[in-house]
Amino acid sequence: MTAVDVILEGRELRKEFDVAAGKLHAVDGVTFQIQRGRTLGVVGESGCGKSTLGQLLLGLTGVSGGRILFKGEDVTHAKGVRRRALRREMQMIFQDPMSSLDPRLCAMELIAEPLQIYKVCPSRAALEERVRGLMELVGISERMMYAYPHELDGGRRQRIGIARALALEPDFIVCDEPVSALDVSIQAQVLNLLKQLQRDRGLTYLFITHDLSVVKHISDDILVMYMGQMVEKAPSKTLFRAPMHPYTKGLLSAIPIPSLHGRRDRIIMEGEITSPVNPKPGCRFAARCPYAQERCRREQPDLRELEPGHFVGCHYAPELSGGG
Amino acid sequence: MGPLLEIQDLEVRYFTGEGVVEAVNGINLTVDRGENLGLVGETGAGKTTTALSILRLLPDPPGRITGGSVRFCGEELRAKTEREMRAIRGGKISMIFQDPMTALNPVIRVGEQIAEVILLHDRISRAEAERRALEMLELVGIPAERGMEYPHQFSGGMKQRVVIAIALACSPELLIADEPTTALDVTVQAQVLELMRRLREKLGTAMVLITHDLGVVAETCDRVAVMYAGEVVESGSLEDIFERAAHPYTVGLFQSIPSMDEDVDMLTPIPGLMPDPTRLPKGCKFHPRCPKAEARCGEICPGTVELSPGHAVRCLLYGGAQGKG
Repeated sequence: MTAVDVILEGRELRKEFDVAAGKLHAVDGVTFQIQRGRTLGVVGESGCGKSTLGQLLLGLTGVSGGRILFKGEDVTHAKGVRRRALRREMQMIFQDPMSSLDPRLCAMELIAEPLQIYKVCPSRAALEERVRGLMELVGISERMMYAYPHELDGGRRQRIGIARALALEPDFIVCDEPVSALDVSIQAQVLNLLKQLQRDRGLTYLFITHDLSVVKHISDDILVMYMGQMVEKAPSKTLFRAPMHPYTKGLLSAIPIPSLHGRRDRIIMEGEITSPVNPKPGCRFAARCPYAQERCRREQPDLRELEPGHFVGCHYAPELSGGG
Repeated sequence: MGPLLEIQDLEVRYFTGEGVVEAVNGINLTVDRGENLGLVGETGAGKTTTALSILRLLPDPPGRITGGSVRFCGEELRAKTEREMRAIRGGKISMIFQDPMTALNPVIRVGEQIAEVILLHDRISRAEAERRALEMLELVGIPAERGMEYPHQFSGGMKQRVVIAIALACSPELLIADEPTTALDVTVQAQVLELMRRLREKLGTAMVLITHDLGVVAETCDRVAVMYAGEVVESGSLEDIFERAAHPYTVGLFQSIPSMDEDVDMLTPIPGLMPDPTRLPKGCKFHPRCPKAEARCGEICPGTVELSPGHAVRCLLYGGAQGKG
């Protein structure tokens, strides 16, 4: 891997929020690299910090620690003109298009908005031409041009969200649960569209989702988060074939499979994810982990590269993965 | 002894300002005692409307049952008085809703909320009802002392356990669960599904499980009915649906789901969108999106054809052209 390939890098990223009960460690020491044209999937359950991570990368919220490098440049604290320029290159697709699209703008105006803000088109005619092109690209027919968000179905609304994100021809897009609000038949259409766009335009994605079958389908590499920390990171195929962290194993075994074959022995984890407010020392998963030892409650595990490209944050991971 | 629940030619309409929504269009379903039926389909297929029709909880106006019958233990529910229905709801038929936060009253302690349903249906003292409420809490895996707490003190999974305790408190014969785990994280979903399975086995409750998740169906149901645009397009045993799916819509649903076992580059989605329920297509309602549609599909409403005992499909590919709309 040469340095040129890496488009985005996060180093020891941290974000803390002050809450009534103390400090909430929403993101705590997350480190990763994404190569140009590839997709890093971020999975985890509600409150694991995956959406906060996406917001940190785009500068939508400031970091408490760590660094963000975009195309080799430190953009952690970019402000003003630089931040504005960065926004053209780094975009976001949100989960719920109904709350991310202005209800009083029609499809045409919504897609034109980023182009107008950045004064990309010299004339009204050029702007309309560009919007038409974007609508065609994401598969919205021209007769929808003057439709408002409430007149459109969820799939079309999400296509407008995608068109807005693509309008300024970014290199990198954070996709925050982009298909979670959609029915499966529509979800498949949107996933195919995202893949096709990536192929045609060399886009790089950070794909945040709680849906493991979706993340497996779309990602090259996967980062699993638990209570603000990364517990495992591996190439997608490796992670699904041979997960090493007990949390990843439990998560994978919890997915209901739409098939009558290949049912696995289910590991049912006790308890639920809690907020990492003033976290105690030790492994944050220890309270729910079936294999937790005394050491796990005392000492926080480091992320270790147990196989090339396969990072695991567990004291006992190699031994555990042997025994299943 | 006949089936526990028998729905025949049920038809439900919503009369709105923008037109008549044809939400449920002549569906037939049966649920036997102790059986677990999965009702599958996407948004707008009519799953929830069907469930609300069984309990006569449709918002009226604009919703109204315009035809068909719903029989429970052989008795027509549509002919019951409102007073009789109140005895059935929560007593003989219970319902679990998707979002536990909106199903629970935020200002009443959870123990009291469970006792409330018991007091409504059984002639027992308040103290006895409260004792049974705490037993129910323990049964769903919550320590009895937490009965003194309020819903906001519980996590999402715990709240759904409380809702389950309320639903099962009077030992109903039928439980209607409308997307009971959709709002939960996957590890918590696994806990709740396991709990429901264990309790149903213990209490012998039949269930109609409404879901869009075929994975959940595969793990919990005995039989499946697939709904599209207010019709049951295919129904059968788990094996019939998961291994011998016949209707092009059912096949399309399976192909839309990213597989956990195989690596495919592109998914095979169902083209197009759900039809507008105020202007449903003529003929087969799926034909505009169907890869196998022929000219006649736009004209003739397919009737129900039984492919093998218990496996029924509504598609002209398998005959049934003489069927009524």
